[in-house]
Amino acid sequence: MATQDSEAKVPRAPIGQWLPAVLLAWFVPGGGHMLLKRHGRAALIAVSITLMFLFGLFMRGSMFTPQSGDLLTILINYGGFLGDLSSGILYLAATWLGYDQPDVAGHVYDYGTKFLVSAGLLNVLAMVDVYEIAAGKKS
Amino acid sequence: MPKMNLSHFEAAILFALFTSIVMGIVSKKTDSERVRYGLYLFGCFVASLIGLGWLMRLGHG
Repeated sequence: MATQDSEAKVPRAPIGQWLPAVLLAWFVPGGGHMLLKRHGRAALIAVSITLMFLFGLFMRGSMFTPQSGDLLTILINYGGFLGDLSSGILYLAATWLGYDQPDVAGHVYDYGTKFLVSAGLLNVLAMVDVYEIAAGKKS
Repeated sequence: MPKMNLSHFEAAILFALFTSIVMGIVSKKTDSERVRYGLYLFGCFVASLIGLGWLMRLGHG
């Protein structure tokens, strides 16, 4: 009860204060931190996520597409698709430029697929960090 | 586009490196804490990689 009361008293940051930065952080990895003038962190995030995505492409990883089927198939494919999509411009540019690698057996292809999804998931972490900075919860 | 061929070890080390950098940056509040946490995470990744690698090798006989 006491916890609920203290949570209720914390004012929420207005959406206009953090939404542009979070959207930019999604679209351009490191862009949100750059907008908030955290240049060093922005550069490290941009380089790390972009390199991870590029390594995934060079290893010929496959992109997930939403597929229906049993529960596990739905979870894997929709989850993987959201992970890929979280890379923002990297995913969109690769798709628009015609990158379409079929799922092939082999450890290098597998690592490539995981690198592509992980780049997106790391960008989600960066987006959460941007939200916390923009909302004043973190410096 | 040429296909890059990496071994399991090389790919896992790269994965550990990028993941440690980003998680170190977003997890802590000061720069020194971020560096220390990033290095700690990278060490944990590498130790797990080597440990699990040996476990699988020994398990296969």
